[in-house]
Amino acid sequence: MASLIAILDLKGKPLIQRSYRDDVPAAYIERFLPIILDLEEEGAQVTPCFTREGVNYLHIRHSNLYLLALSKRNSNAAEIILFLHRLVSVLVEYFKELEEESIRDNFVIIYELLDEMMDFGYPQTTESKILQEYITQESYKLEAQVRPPIAVTNAVSWRSEGIRYRKNEVFLDVIESVNLLVNATGNVVRSEILGAVKMKCYLSGMPELRLGLNDKVMFETTGRTARGKAIEMEDVKFHQCVRLSRFENDRTISFIPPDGEFELMSYRLSTPVKPLVWVEAAVEHHKGSRVEYMVKVKAQFKRRSTANNVEIYVPVPDDADTPKFRASTGTVQYAPDKSAFVWKIKQLGGGREFLMRAHFGLPSVRGEHDSMDKRAPITVKFEIPYFTVSGIQVRYLKIVEKSGYQALPWVRYITQNGDDYSLRTALEKGSAPIVPM
Amino acid sequence: MSGLRAPPRKGENYELSADLNSEYREKRKDAIKKVIANMTVQKDVSGLFPDVLKNMQTDDLEQKKLVYLYLMNYAKTQPELVILAVNTFVKDTDDPNPLVRALAIRTMGMLRAEKILDYICDPLTKCLRDDNPYVRKTAALCVAKLYDLKPELVIENGFLETLQDMIGDSNPMVVANTVAALSDIHAAAVAAGSSSETFHITSTILNKLLVALNECSEWGRVGILNALSRYETTDEREGEHICERVVPQFQHANGSVVLAAVKVIMIHMRHVKSENLNKQMIRKMAPPLVTLLSNPPEVQWVALRNINLLLQKRPDLLQNEMRVFFCKYNDPLYVKVEKLDIMVRLAGDSNVDALLSELKEYASEVDVDFVRRSIKAIGQTAIKIDAAAERCVNVLLELIGTRVSYVVQEAVVVMKDIFRKYPSTYEGVIPTLCANLDELDEPEAKASLIWIIGEYANKIDNADELLGIFVDTFTEESYPVQLQTLTAVVKLFLQKPDGSQGLVQRVLNTATKDCDSPDVRDRAYIYWRLLSTDPGAAKAVVLAHRPPISLPRTTVSPQLLEELLGEVSSLASVYHKPEETFVGQGRIGIDTVQRKSADLADDRAAAQKALQTVAIGQQAENLLDFADDGADDGQQPSGLAATTMLTSTPAAANLLSGTSSNPLDDLVSIFGNASLSAPSVQPQSAAPLGGFGFSMGGAPSPMPPQTPSVLQAASPPMQQSGQEDLLGLF
Repeated sequence: MASLIAILDLKGKPLIQRSYRDDVPAAYIERFLPIILDLEEEGAQVTPCFTREGVNYLHIRHSNLYLLALSKRNSNAAEIILFLHRLVSVLVEYFKELEEESIRDNFVIIYELLDEMMDFGYPQTTESKILQEYITQESYKLEAQVRPPIAVTNAVSWRSEGIRYRKNEVFLDVIESVNLLVNATGNVVRSEILGAVKMKCYLSGMPELRLGLNDKVMFETTGRTARGKAIEMEDVKFHQCVRLSRFENDRTISFIPPDGEFELMSYRLSTPVKPLVWVEAAVEHHKGSRVEYMVKVKAQFKRRSTANNVEIYVPVPDDADTPKFRASTGTVQYAPDKSAFVWKIKQLGGGREFLMRAHFGLPSVRGEHDSMDKRAPITVKFEIPYFTVSGIQVRYLKIVEKSGYQALPWVRYITQNGDDYSLRTALEKGSAPIVPM
Repeated sequence: MSGLRAPPRKGENYELSADLNSEYREKRKDAIKKVIANMTVQKDVSGLFPDVLKNMQTDDLEQKKLVYLYLMNYAKTQPELVILAVNTFVKDTDDPNPLVRALAIRTMGMLRAEKILDYICDPLTKCLRDDNPYVRKTAALCVAKLYDLKPELVIENGFLETLQDMIGDSNPMVVANTVAALSDIHAAAVAAGSSSETFHITSTILNKLLVALNECSEWGRVGILNALSRYETTDEREGEHICERVVPQFQHANGSVVLAAVKVIMIHMRHVKSENLNKQMIRKMAPPLVTLLSNPPEVQWVALRNINLLLQKRPDLLQNEMRVFFCKYNDPLYVKVEKLDIMVRLAGDSNVDALLSELKEYASEVDVDFVRRSIKAIGQTAIKIDAAAERCVNVLLELIGTRVSYVVQEAVVVMKDIFRKYPSTYEGVIPTLCANLDELDEPEAKASLIWIIGEYANKIDNADELLGIFVDTFTEESYPVQLQTLTAVVKLFLQKPDGSQGLVQRVLNTATKDCDSPDVRDRAYIYWRLLSTDPGAAKAVVLAHRPPISLPRTTVSPQLLEELLGEVSSLASVYHKPEETFVGQGRIGIDTVQRKSADLADDRAAAQKALQTVAIGQQAENLLDFADDGADDGQQPSGLAATTMLTSTPAAANLLSGTSSNPLDDLVSIFGNASLSAPSVQPQSAAPLGGFGFSMGGAPSPMPPQTPSVLQAASPPMQQSGQEDLLGLF
């Protein structure tokens, strides 16, 4: 329960605010940034929630903005923080980008949204598709009789009635993101697969859908034997349209989908994964003159698959200069803003292996403060289409609508890097791990 | 009206006023937008109130919303003018369009002007029975708004009863908002000191809620789950039933639904006796908790703080999941810090190697704060897992080898704690530590090294030389270092009297004559007298064997832990502090105390809380610093456990390392061990003390623990006897 929601710029000035309860005066917004600066000065860490003089400040960052909620009670922190994130995604869907300018240009509609998304501090409708049905950017006249979409309060609050398509189609994307951490000795320290089933639904009426996966637990509970491989999902999360009690009972995924694009489910597997794209770098550091890298990339998946748009980010010292590259495939660029160089390979076939060399100059004098090397890991981006690491498969997607139309489901699989696919760089032999101050 | 206010004849507001009264619709609407824009940038446009008000009656929904928004902002400043708007509001609640009806009732509740409250009741009654669920769900919350302003009106008009009926509404969104409104009213009533339960959840309501739970929107589920957590049951089967119905919510994509479900389960699991079912619940809880870590960092942080609490209660919860808490390079510091803490909690014989290699990695990152915390975590691991202590020490030695100043200093501090846990085990390390003497410039690191030198004075050949350095600069050092130097030199003298007589004479002289800290001076006097009257007693006091430290399993008291677990995902659970400490004026509000004492059912718990407070007070004064490890009942962290370097109370942390500012502690701690001949004396003396502390506290009103300190009463037998005495008082 939030008493007040505000969006602030980086100087702590409120760009827009909405008060939902009287117990926290708006003046407290202006105290937010000074408190943060004080905390930073004292060397204390700034956490997303903190309390001062009986007022609780809950905040998130989005690009150059703070989104802040104030409360005086022992409120539900998770709910408020998630609401702020949801507010960001709704505003992004409305304005493409959420920044100072888009807020100033659209304050009227933001007020309307804030009014509709929260009442008396309690989150209400936060589905941007439903909101867009009755809060639009073009001003409308009351003669047109805008009414609250039935969906706002419907048991099926995510889908409106009377949707019609000439061609009924469903697109399923199964996307698996691999998070992986390899330590300097080349061992996988941590790995997980974050999977998501995304849908694009172009279906008429109120269709009932049932999705069948090669879910091991489901096979076990129903006593059926799987043809081929079955996978064990550690944790599954569903869009609110999925009937959770049904899933709990017999692992059936049944739902009435929202219209258009949405994420039906996500799942997690922490089975050990072999690094699909393996990178190793040998670094030769000649203090005060140059640093040389030799990077090897290896595609550790079957030959019939190909990784697209492979990008390998290798960190270099901040003060490196005059880059020279030589690669057996792809292109290499220096990205000084990221203190790294990027090796881009458009297509990397399964089982293939490539090498590249980089050479940088280093200034002969180093400042006191940067004597400590930032030891950022190598990060990798890639996409492997028609392939899932976990082996998940869509067995069927049944679509039943009372009008009895035939609908076509399309399924695509893809495996890509997660937000943390990193390989720690090995230290060169003979040098101390950390440079003395 | 506007004539009375005499608006300026020029300026922006004057022009706006003219535009607001224009005969052209578009011009008027643009003017309203400009007014709102000015309001947004916090220019004062309250003077335009009457002009804006004239534009309230319109067919244009957007314009209506803007005018309403303006009214909400300025109604409080112009209460006498708001009354002019009432008519339009009431008319709008009869509009054929449900959006307009809902908008009108929503805004009326937000005006917060005393004068119009009487006019709100009729439309509200109507809207609560509206056929459109959108209007009903808005009206439901409006009752809570009205209660906030004028509770009598809600009660007189029977709105509470209407809300109770609406829990059975056919529409899940209406049910959700009704539950939110009733819970809000309940909280307000409790805060105002009402003793009757405004929103009592009966078993009929329970069933309605369980049905609505599966159908309503994500936020509605959070509210319903919160209400479910308030349901009181003593029936085991009912508890099981609730758990079973709530468990599917673990699969919800919204993290706050997951945490709310965890809360309900944690509360109702208390009544479930079947160990099997309990285990099953815990097993189902683990994967969704781990998945919360794929959320944005702020949400992760809230989740981590709660996971930390859950682990204190159920250490088996995430047994095999330590790796998911490994820090990512780009995690914000606040996330990394929480992850470190949880990693140490999850450390065990099987995963300690992986943990240590991670911690070593973190110790070479750039962020100084994070590096220090990682080194601390290495020390905590050493203290937690005996079998891994040697590996930890080796990692620390490697880190000291880097000679990075802050790394070395932190490692020295950590080594001191390892020496305290494993006395005389790692003496071989001492030369390496002493070699870094010159590098140390932080008081804590210096004090730690001096303590180590004093403790092992008889094994360090040049101990007198090393301590001499600190005696030379005695007056320039900070107090903790002075105290430590003092004690260490006395220890040295008692172990190796020849050759250190001059040094001890010098330090006592300086400390008693030239030192401006009374603590240092007093301690010096005590040592001096001890040494001059009875060196044997001095030996028994200063060189007393101290029990080893251990890592506390909980960072908060067991009672507080239970309280916080009942509030999972709330701010209290995030801060790890009881609600009373941050709600209200930031201190323990009188009203809270009164409320609690009024609640007779809470008396027993309150008595315990009070006892705890008393015990904390005593501990803080170091009066009862004797810990009886053997009698530890496993529930309460022993007094000693509480004094590891983990605690945020420096006095306690320093207590056993001898850096305490209280010179009595050495004396007292010796009694704990030396006076074994008369153990019965202590419990007896403790009980009167407890009683005394309590009566000093005044009325038998519960005093909530002021800080969630880990400090506990020293020994359970003593506490029990104290408790009996106190209960006798009631």
